[in-house]
Amino acid sequence: MSSLLEKVKKFEPPKEKKFLHTLYDGFFTFLFTPDHTTHGVGVHIRDRMDLKRTMVMVVLALQLCYVFGTYNIGHQHFVALGEHTSFTSAMHLKLFHGLIKMLPIFIVTHVVGLGIEFYYAARKGHAIEEGFLVTGALIPLIMPPDIPLWILSLSVAFAVILGKEAFGGTGMNVVNIALLARAFVFFAYPGEISGDRCWVSGLEFDGAVASGEVYGWAHHLSDGLFKWLGVATFGEGGGAVVDGWSGATPLALAKTGWESVTAHYSSLQMLWGGIPGSVGETCKPAILVGALILIATGIASWRIMLSMFLGAAFMGIVFNWWGHDVQMDIPWYFHFYMGSFFFAMAFMATDPVTAASTNTGKWIYGFGIGMLGIIIRVMNAAYPEGWMLAILFMNVWAPLIDHFVVQSNMKRRAKRAVAA
Amino acid sequence: MHLSMRKGFNRLHLVFSFLLFLQLAQAQSQTGGGNSSFTTLLLGIVVLIAFFIIYQVSDNLVRIEAKKSGLDSEDDALAMMPGKNGFFQKKKPAYVKGQYVALKQGHNILLEGEAKGPVQAANVKTFAVQPQNFRGMSPIPKVEVEVGNTVKAGDHLFFDKKNPDVKYVSPVSGEVIAVNRGERRSIASIVVLADNQQQYRSLNAPNLDTCSREELVSFLLDAGGWALLRQRPFDVIANHHEVPENIFVSTFDTAPLAPNLDLVMEGRGAAFQRGLDVLGKLTKGRVWLGLNANGDAAPSPIFTEAAGVGKCWFSGKHPAGNVGVQIHHIAPITTKSTVWTVNVQDVATIGALFTEGKYNAEKVVALTGAELKVAKYVRTFTGANIGELLDGNLASDNARIISGDVLSGIKTSTDNYLNFYDDQVTVVEEGNFHEMFGWLLPDLATPSVSKALPGTRFPDTVFKANTNMHGEPRAFVVTGQYEEVLPMDIYPQHLMKAILTNDYEKMEGLGIYELIEEDVALCEFACTSKQPLQKILRDGLDMVNESA
Repeated sequence: MSSLLEKVKKFEPPKEKKFLHTLYDGFFTFLFTPDHTTHGVGVHIRDRMDLKRTMVMVVLALQLCYVFGTYNIGHQHFVALGEHTSFTSAMHLKLFHGLIKMLPIFIVTHVVGLGIEFYYAARKGHAIEEGFLVTGALIPLIMPPDIPLWILSLSVAFAVILGKEAFGGTGMNVVNIALLARAFVFFAYPGEISGDRCWVSGLEFDGAVASGEVYGWAHHLSDGLFKWLGVATFGEGGGAVVDGWSGATPLALAKTGWESVTAHYSSLQMLWGGIPGSVGETCKPAILVGALILIATGIASWRIMLSMFLGAAFMGIVFNWWGHDVQMDIPWYFHFYMGSFFFAMAFMATDPVTAASTNTGKWIYGFGIGMLGIIIRVMNAAYPEGWMLAILFMNVWAPLIDHFVVQSNMKRRAKRAVAA
Repeated sequence: MHLSMRKGFNRLHLVFSFLLFLQLAQAQSQTGGGNSSFTTLLLGIVVLIAFFIIYQVSDNLVRIEAKKSGLDSEDDALAMMPGKNGFFQKKKPAYVKGQYVALKQGHNILLEGEAKGPVQAANVKTFAVQPQNFRGMSPIPKVEVEVGNTVKAGDHLFFDKKNPDVKYVSPVSGEVIAVNRGERRSIASIVVLADNQQQYRSLNAPNLDTCSREELVSFLLDAGGWALLRQRPFDVIANHHEVPENIFVSTFDTAPLAPNLDLVMEGRGAAFQRGLDVLGKLTKGRVWLGLNANGDAAPSPIFTEAAGVGKCWFSGKHPAGNVGVQIHHIAPITTKSTVWTVNVQDVATIGALFTEGKYNAEKVVALTGAELKVAKYVRTFTGANIGELLDGNLASDNARIISGDVLSGIKTSTDNYLNFYDDQVTVVEEGNFHEMFGWLLPDLATPSVSKALPGTRFPDTVFKANTNMHGEPRAFVVTGQYEEVLPMDIYPQHLMKAILTNDYEKMEGLGIYELIEEDVALCEFACTSKQPLQKILRDGLDMVNESA
C-alpha cells in the first residue's frame, strides 16, 4: 500500500495550479483517507464516520432502484411495442436497452455536476465536498428515461450553481438540489417531463401516432454480441406501437377515478413497479429496502419517513370523507401504490441539510410534506404528482419550524431562570 | 392550560384512530381477493402506530396527573401497562434509594488499556503547578518563590494579581528548581523537586461547628484549598465574594478509560466526609452527590453513606458521569445562578486540611491507554511529572500522551506535568498515516457511535483508537446526532451556530451557561463533519463572559 501511495503522490501537481490540485486532492482523498491527526486541544480520537461514508451509504441504498429502474426502461419499451411483454422474457434486451438510455443520463449528470463542483472548490480553495455524490445518484432516478441530455445538463447546472454553490456549497443549501433540477425541467420544459408520452423510452410520435424509434449504433453493436450468442436481438426498430397502448402513468389515469387505473394496471403491478414512470420511482419493494438500509444505519431520519407516511394517510382519509370528486374517492391506501411517494419519503424528504433539524421539527416537517403532497396530487388538475413541490415547499419552511422549536426551548429555559 | 391542550390532542387522536378503524372495515369489504396483502400491511402499520400514539399520550397524561398529585411519576405502578418500563428501559438497580435519573442518550467508548488495581506507589520526584491550568488566570501571575528556595507542602507559590486573595500552593515539600516560561514570557510552570520525607506547612484549621462562613473562606483561601473549587458557568476558579446556589460532586466518571473513583478513594472516607461538611458551609443550598447506578453492585459506601448531602442516582452511558449533566438534571444553572463543582479527590484534599491539619495533595492517578505496557493506578501528588509517571512504561514512540481522557484531555509530553485537575493519563497511538479506502471499508476496529459501522452492533467491543481525524472537516450536514449523545435538554447544533454567528441572545437562551467543554466532547467525537465543538463552545463562553 505504501508503494502505491508513493506512486500516487508523484502525480501531485503544484499548489499554484489550483484546479489541478483540487482535482488531485479529490481523487487522492477518494483513494486514501488523509493522515491528519486531531489537535492537541479538543477530542483526541474521532468517530470513524465522516461525510464520505454517510453519502456513500445513501448511494448504496439506491442501488436496487438503479437495477430495477434500468431494467424497467427496457421492459416498458418492449411492452409498448408489443414484444416480449412478459416481465422476464428477453431480459438481456431490456437490460441493454435500459443501459443505453441510463448510462448517458448518469454520465452527463456527473460530468456536469462534478465539473461545477470541482470548479467552485478550486475557486474557493477548499476540498471537494461529497454532497454531489448523492445528488448525482438521485437525479438520474427522478428523470424520465428519454430526457434530452442538453436539458438534463442545463437542469443539473442550474440546480448545482443556483441551488447550492450560490449559498456556499454542501450543507448550506436551502432546497433539495436533486428536486430543484427536476423542478427546473418541470417548469422550463414541461413537455419533456409531463403528460403521457415521456415515460416510455424509445418511442417517436408523429401527431397522435406513436412508433418505436429506429435503433442507433449502440443497439446494433449489442445486436452483434447477441447474434454471436444466439439469443433474441433488437433488430432495426421502427415497429408500430400496439393498439390501445397508452403511456399514461397510474397518476394520470387516477384523475378519472380508481377504476380507470385498474383498467390498465393491477395493484400488484404497481407495487412491483412494472409501470411507466420516472426511472427509480416505480419499484416499491426496492425503495423500501433502501429506506430500511437508511433507517438501520441511522443515516436518514425515521421520524421524517414515518410522519410523512402518517401525513399522507391522514390527508387521504380526509379526502375520502370529503368525497367531492372521483379522485378524492380513491381509497387512501391506494395512493401509496401510485406515483413516487416512497421514493420521495425515503430519499428526498430525509435530506438532512434541507429538512428540519430538530426532532420535533422533523415530525412536523414530514407530516406537512405528507399532507401537502396528497393535496397537490388530488386537488391540482395540472400536476398529477405532488411530492416534488411539497418537499420543495417544506424545505423553505423547515428553518421556520426549527425556529419555533428552538424558541420554545429558550422559553422553557427563561422560565426556569424566573422561577429560580 | 397545558394539560387541557394535551387532552384536546388526545381526543383528536381518538377521532383519528376511529376513522382508521372505519377505513379498515371499508377496505375489508371493498377489496378482498388476491393483491390486498400490501394494503393490509399498510393498514396494519397505521393501526399499530395510531394505537401506540394513543397509548403513549394516555400514559403521559396519567404521569402528569400523578406528578400533580405528588406521586412518584418514575414508578411503574402508575403506568397503563405496569412493567412496560422494565421492558423498554434498563431496570432500576435494587440498591438505588431515593432520587433516580435514567439517562437514555449517550455512548460509552470502550478502549483498550484500562487501568487495573490495586493502587501502586509511584516513583515521581518532580512536581509542578501550572498557572495556566486555572482558567481566567493572568499570563504572568505574581510568583512568591525563587529558584533555589525550599518550600513545604502547602506553602504559597504564586497568586493572580487580579485576584490576590486566592493563593496557589505547593503540592509537595522540596526545592524550587525551575520557573519555566512559556509564550510571551508567561509563567508555564513552577517546578518543585520533592523531598524524600514530606514536610507540611502547619495549618490552624478553624472549628467547623463554630466558625463563621467568612472565617472558613479566608482559611481556605490562604491554605490553598480554594483553587480546588470551580464555578459554573465558565468553569473558572470560584469567586469568593459570591455564595453558590449549590455545590456538585460527581462520584463516578464515565469518560473513556476513566479511573474507578471507588477504588481511588479507598481509605480516604473520613477526609471526604469532612470535605463535604466544609462545602456544606459554603453554599446557601445543598451539596449534591451524583451517584453511579450503572454497576451490578452499589458504589463505595464512602459515597452512598455520605452524610449531610443531597444524593441523586444516575444510570446511563457517558456523559452521565459528567457533573454538568448531573447539574442539569438536579438543579439547572440559569442565567442568574452560579454553582460550584469539585472533583472527588479534591474534596478529600479539602477535608484533609481539617482532619490532618495539612495540605495533602495526594492523588491517585490512572495510567491508561493501549500504548502503555502496563495500565495501572499509582499514588502520587497533584502535578506529577509525566515522564517520571510513565517511566519505562511506554510501548511505542508514535504515541500521544494526554493529560486527562481522550475526549477532553490536553495533549502533553514526557517533559510536562499532569494538569492540576486531572487524575488520568492516557496514551494512544498517533494516527498519522493514510488508509486506503478508509472511508468506504467496513471497519470493526475503530470506535464509532454510528449504526452504519458494524462495530456498534456489538456494544461490548473494546477498540484500539488512534488520533486520526478519519475524514476532513466539513460544514454541518447531519442533524440530530449531537442530541443522541447529549442527555440534556439542549440543542447543541443550534447553540454552536449561534456562537459562530455571535448571537448572544441565542447563546444564553440555548443554555451555553450549562455547558463546558467536557459536556460536548462526545458530540465532537461523534460529529460527522469533524467540527471542533469544544473550541467553538469555549470561544462562545469567553464571549458571553467578557460581555457580562
